[in-house]
Amino acid sequence: MSTDAKHSTETDADTRPTSALLVVLAWLIVGIPLAYGLWQTVVTAFQLLG
Amino acid sequence: MSFLDKNSTVARPGYSKWLIPPAALAVHLSIGQVYAFSVFKTSLVDHFDSSQTAIAWIFSIAIVMLGLSAAVLGTWVERVGPRKAMVAAALCWGSGFMIGSLGIAMESLPILYLGYGVIGGIGLGIGYISPVSTLIKWFPDRPGLATGMAIMGFGGGALIASPASNKLMSIFDSGFNADDKSAVANGTALSSTFLTLGIIYLVFMLIGAALVRVPPGHAEGEESVQHPGKNGALVRASQAIRTPQFAFLWVVLFCNVTAGIGILEQAAPMIQDFFRAGGDSSVSSAEAAGFVGILSLANMAGRFVWSSLSDVIGRKPTYMIYLGVGLVLYVLLATVGQQSTAIFVTLAVVIISYYGGGFATVPAYLKDLFGTLEVGAIHGRLLTAWAAAGVVGPLVVNGFLDAAGEPGSLVADDYHLGLFTMAGVLGVGFVANLLIKPVDEKHFDEEAVRSGSQDEAPAGEAAMSRGGN
Repeated sequence: MSTDAKHSTETDADTRPTSALLVVLAWLIVGIPLAYGLWQTVVTAFQLLG
Repeated sequence: MSFLDKNSTVARPGYSKWLIPPAALAVHLSIGQVYAFSVFKTSLVDHFDSSQTAIAWIFSIAIVMLGLSAAVLGTWVERVGPRKAMVAAALCWGSGFMIGSLGIAMESLPILYLGYGVIGGIGLGIGYISPVSTLIKWFPDRPGLATGMAIMGFGGGALIASPASNKLMSIFDSGFNADDKSAVANGTALSSTFLTLGIIYLVFMLIGAALVRVPPGHAEGEESVQHPGKNGALVRASQAIRTPQFAFLWVVLFCNVTAGIGILEQAAPMIQDFFRAGGDSSVSSAEAAGFVGILSLANMAGRFVWSSLSDVIGRKPTYMIYLGVGLVLYVLLATVGQQSTAIFVTLAVVIISYYGGGFATVPAYLKDLFGTLEVGAIHGRLLTAWAAAGVVGPLVVNGFLDAAGEPGSLVADDYHLGLFTMAGVLGVGFVANLLIKPVDEKHFDEEAVRSGSQDEAPAGEAAMSRGGN
């Protein structure tokens, strides 16, 4: 592979848009614990007040 | 370690900006644990055979270190970029827990102070400010929404940590039942829980550090694309703290936090005292604990909702609501709060949502006033208002209550003076907010302004009130 061709491949790879799967995964990593905390708080609060 | 350098964190074209909020949340959800520290309190008092105050100092040291480290290290965070700062925060926060675990195992309170309080507290300060300016740079047109998402995480961290810590303690100590308010976990369970949390938070925060990127054009030595404030301002931190705008905003944040903490710190006994007749309260301890949970949700939701709204209606009007409407709500709480629990809870929920909103909206306000040039460092210095309010708020409220009588015998009338004082504090903040005008051009960083900017920069007060870019 010539230097130019290699450079071109790298540039193409570098400008690739972020995978939607990665974005979803990142949000799940923070979203799942947050949802757990929210659920626990809501259940506790409304059990106690209910 | 070039992976940590600012130049290695510059986003390639096509990098999704929607990876930045979860990166920030990974850090803020972790450090938000500090608000759940009280779940360990009873067990720690029993383990160390110490006073409540001696254990309360652990939390206080952490919060003071948060304010100090944010103020002192803000410029460093701005210089080295978000990844190195997040890694430093992760190491401090994670190792703070681990050293704390060692302190518990060795039955040494000073080691726990050093670990969780001092080292962990530095992690809190660096972690709190590390993603803020990056988010503003990625979302220059919606800074309130962006920082609201992250700072909401700081409120949400306690919601996760509280049940998770109880679960861990019951795993490590089969005799510990979190539902029993008098139950205490043994030292081994406490130490193991601290160690486990330290490892989890370290990994979680490092994931955030791996994901975070600065927008293209923000490499070290590169002429960065900066987004100016509303009148074209690009101001360095060292200059910003000399402006009246910084002083007024410091007062605004101080007043908003002081008033909010006055209720938050006293929430559980307060609702019981408001509905006490003939010595007995109609609100049980369990219901009071439920009320605290509802306030936590309001605190978290307010951070996202009000901060996002500020992008639409403008920062100054938003703080006029926090402080002006908040003042009215405090007066209503004092005068009609005891009429029904529904009225009391509704008023308290809105007040606490304003408290959370005040934290989340302030980075965007700073961006409007000083531009993005060193907004993270300026934010760090402004957080000293939080540290000061954290001391003054509880002191004021507890001072009035101590003078009124013994805990467990107080009634709604005993809170009037404290609540009216807090309404007055909000009034001072309201006036300070009204006095905030666009920053004078003499404070601008000429070089940065000359380098140009992407934003259109409408001049004058009207533009600042309108909000959004």
